[in-house]
Amino acid sequence: MSELVDFVIVSMVLVAIGIYGLVVKRNAIRMLFSIEIIANAANLLLVAFSRGLPNGQGQVVALFSIAIAAAEVAVGLGLIIVAYRLYKEIDVEEFRSLRG
Amino acid sequence: MADPIFIAVAVLTVGTAIIALEARELIYGAIALAISMLGIAGFFLLLDAPFVAMFQIAVYVGAVAVLIIFTVMLVRTQALFTTKEDKKRKGAGIGLMLIIMSSLGALLITSGLSGQFGDFNASPAINFTEIGRLMLTYYAPALILLGLTLAGAIIAALALARRETITGEEGEEKGEEDMEEQQRRERTS
Repeated sequence: MSELVDFVIVSMVLVAIGIYGLVVKRNAIRMLFSIEIIANAANLLLVAFSRGLPNGQGQVVALFSIAIAAAEVAVGLGLIIVAYRLYKEIDVEEFRSLRG
Repeated sequence: MADPIFIAVAVLTVGTAIIALEARELIYGAIALAISMLGIAGFFLLLDAPFVAMFQIAVYVGAVAVLIIFTVMLVRTQALFTTKEDKKRKGAGIGLMLIIMSSLGALLITSGLSGQFGDFNASPAINFTEIGRLMLTYYAPALILLGLTLAGAIIAALALARRETITGEEGEEKGEEDMEEQQRRERTS
């Protein structure tokens, strides 16, 4: 039978993969993927601790978190489309207009 | 120890998360991300949270993945294939990932969390009527704020994506005009 620690370990691995993607990848859509992976790891932790305690509030907060992540993805993809129209490129290295 | 279903779901989730970041074509990456979200929903089912699992499938696999795939289709294909990452940065990223994993793992082992809560199946699962009750009583203001946030985000996304006056050519022309003006000023001075 699985314990709480197993879920925490999976969540930790997902966060590490997400941080790797954020650091290495320079494609805006792939960076959004990394953010999604990290957000999902956080949701997994919330639900796992909610089951372990047991307390229903963790699941409620996880539901709110999923909804916020959906809004964030919508705005992020809108920003990527605007940036693509401006620069014809989704590589974040090219978005240097504000760089001195 | 962990049961085989848990290990299978863990391998599926982590493996597809890696594929989502490393796949050469972005559209395959988007599909792999959707499968990874499905794996997280499987974890929620293992944790006796079917309501959250259904929400996860509806929002992530149903809405977010489709949105990402549409965006990938909107962006010109040539921009998707160019990968400008050097080996040094990739090595540094993998090193950072390993450092985070090992340090957090050491923290977990020394924290005494293992065996803290015992077997999950010993305690009763949370009924989803409890979730509904919490959402409509204690968390009601948060729920209303969440609805407003979602509406605002969707209006913002529409306003961002619908503007058709933004094009690269206009910006370049403006830049050229600015350059000419600068040259004129330099000549006069």
